[in-house]
Amino acid sequence: MTNSEQLTIEQAIANLEGDDLGLRLYSAWWLGRFRVKDERAIAVLVKALQDNDDRTPNGGYPLRRNAARALGKVGDASIVLNLIECLDCEDFYVREAAAQSLAMINDRVCISALCRLLEQPDAVPQPAPEPPFLAQPFDALIEALGTIGAVEAIPLIKPYLDHEVPRIRFASARALYQLTPDGDYYGQILIEGLQSPDLQLRRAVLADIGAIGYIKAALPVAETLAENSLKLIALGGILEQNLPESYLNQDTIGVMDLMDALL
Amino acid sequence: MKDVDALIKDLDRADSADSLLNAVKALGEKRSVVAIPHLIQVLNFNNPGAAVAAVEGLIQIGVEAVPSLLEQLDRHNYTARSWAIRALAGIGDPRGLVTLLGAATADFAVSVRRASARGLGLMKWYWFPSNLREIAQAEALEALLFVLEQDEEWIVRYSAVTGLQGLLQSYAQATDRVEAAWQKILDHDPVPAVRARVAYARQNLPRLTPPEPEPMPFPIDWQEILTRLRERKSLERRTISDPNNYRDIAKAIVCQDL
Repeated sequence: MTNSEQLTIEQAIANLEGDDLGLRLYSAWWLGRFRVKDERAIAVLVKALQDNDDRTPNGGYPLRRNAARALGKVGDASIVLNLIECLDCEDFYVREAAAQSLAMINDRVCISALCRLLEQPDAVPQPAPEPPFLAQPFDALIEALGTIGAVEAIPLIKPYLDHEVPRIRFASARALYQLTPDGDYYGQILIEGLQSPDLQLRRAVLADIGAIGYIKAALPVAETLAENSLKLIALGGILEQNLPESYLNQDTIGVMDLMDALL
Repeated sequence: MKDVDALIKDLDRADSADSLLNAVKALGEKRSVVAIPHLIQVLNFNNPGAAVAAVEGLIQIGVEAVPSLLEQLDRHNYTARSWAIRALAGIGDPRGLVTLLGAATADFAVSVRRASARGLGLMKWYWFPSNLREIAQAEALEALLFVLEQDEEWIVRYSAVTGLQGLLQSYAQATDRVEAAWQKILDHDPVPAVRARVAYARQNLPRLTPPEPEPMPFPIDWQEILTRLRERKSLERRTISDPNNYRDIAKAIVCQDL
């Protein structure tokens, strides 16, 4: 796309209210991508959460998904209740996007709604049209609870440490690292995940470790078989969460030496 | 211990991601010039793990790999080209200088800008004839300051900090300008990791000493580098430096018995 074709906020809002489904979908993404904190933009995105025009053959709601993602990036606390309503949508990916956006907005108001889906995974109608055919986006729900600091959810999350889907086990370890005083125990689970034979999984665990900033994982991260870019992002996350005011101590210098070798 | 030929056969026969990776690593560790075309071939596979290992192996082989890497740049496989630039960045050979200047400031791929910015700090400046050296270092300084101030990706700015730290080891004249740029980062860069790297670079500064010169293994065509540098400059910062410098340099090079 050339510069002259780029959207303006006005156009994106107008597109979202127009008839072209492709443009609506793109404009919703665009408003999130550029984190447009504009009242009218937020209003049209909230309206798009109820959209019934744009449907996939399997019954999904692509526009609702994009609108839910965009609202998280815009990060406006006034729409938390709208996102909570999305947790009841029958589209798995709308629920997943809503959980991820609620984590970004980080407001405790959503804790009970997130917990309800962990407690009663079948609480909403769920044509989950694509693999892995899970009842709920458990990893997104659990990560959100960890990010928000929902210690009351600890007993609900613990059983998911044994879930058959590895991604969900690691999401649980990540959340319990954040929520319990047993950080090293759960941090070690993540470090072991870096040895997984599955590259996708190793990438996901790198992201988990970067998000929680587990300092003892710095060397295992640097040695993980994955792209340097992803290892650098994870190490950057570790670095930022362990910085003293002067920026420098033995830990942070060690992390920067590891990063330098990956540039 | 397998010899190089046996390892090359292993590489040809590799039939899984793991066996490919192991073969590339083992071959790279031999540091043999015979391995160069085979390691470069791996840059064309769509396999990031193996490509990282091949880049590492080519960097270990060093300047002997540079002509083949430069040749790779002229081909049209974009991914292979970006891996080749990363290998050039790690080797620090002057023949890669102009490529790295362009890649650090303008390449489309973050990983290539990142590696090039670091590579500019690893350049073997001590091989340059003295007059050309200052012009080349001034170019590297401008490029790295541009990247530090303008690149949208924090990891590229982070990398530019390391590049500037490396450059200052052999180009102390730039200290004041680099210090000023670093202070601006400390005051304004939104990403704490970039500010932290500046703090670390500053702490390192008094301890920096020029790297121990290695002997130049073969003559380098300085005229070619100068021509490319001149082309680059005429495209960009016509007004900043005096074009007369180039005439002096050209004279200096012609008088040198390379």
